[in-house]
Amino acid sequence: MGPIEIQRRIEEHITGASAEVRDYTGTGDHFEVRVVAAAFEGKPLVERHKMIYAALGAAVDGRNIHALALKTLTPAQAGKDA
Amino acid sequence: MAESTDERIRTTIESNKILIFMKGTPSFPMCGFSAATIEVFNELRVPYQTVDVLKDPEVRDGIKRFSNWPTIPQVYIDGKFVGGCDIIREMHANGELGPLVKDSPQA
Repeated sequence: MGPIEIQRRIEEHITGASAEVRDYTGTGDHFEVRVVAAAFEGKPLVERHKMIYAALGAAVDGRNIHALALKTLTPAQAGKDA
Repeated sequence: MAESTDERIRTTIESNKILIFMKGTPSFPMCGFSAATIEVFNELRVPYQTVDVLKDPEVRDGIKRFSNWPTIPQVYIDGKFVGGCDIIREMHANGELGPLVKDSPQA
């Protein structure tokens, strides 16, 4: 699963989400993902990360995707983080 | 088997205030995310226990099911799942982690 597929799955699974995916080793298995979504509003980080894991399903098993660094923001947080 | 993996995991979590499931040990972490997590707790200067999942394949798979969380490391504080590396680092940076590890029944 590459960056484009990861982005597509997250944006499809989480309504209104916008995802940026970076392959930070260039080896196609270590990714940095930044997701901004209104759906994160009022949700603790654990729940936000679980939403992303759910979107990616079985790919996050250490074989397809070895490492996934996640940053999950609401639109309001993204404004400050920019 | 006298005890199921889930029971073993539960007992370990309940008997340690701060428990980190990681790859390797605090002195020899075998993964950058595990290392980064340990670094946070070292910086906070609080005692913690670790479980090396590489030494225990049953726990390595079992903990993912148990926590409903697909990655290692995993941090439990006072019996509650707190998160993986990114969450721990973020909570450390925004000051949420400090009170959790200090103001607690067993501290």
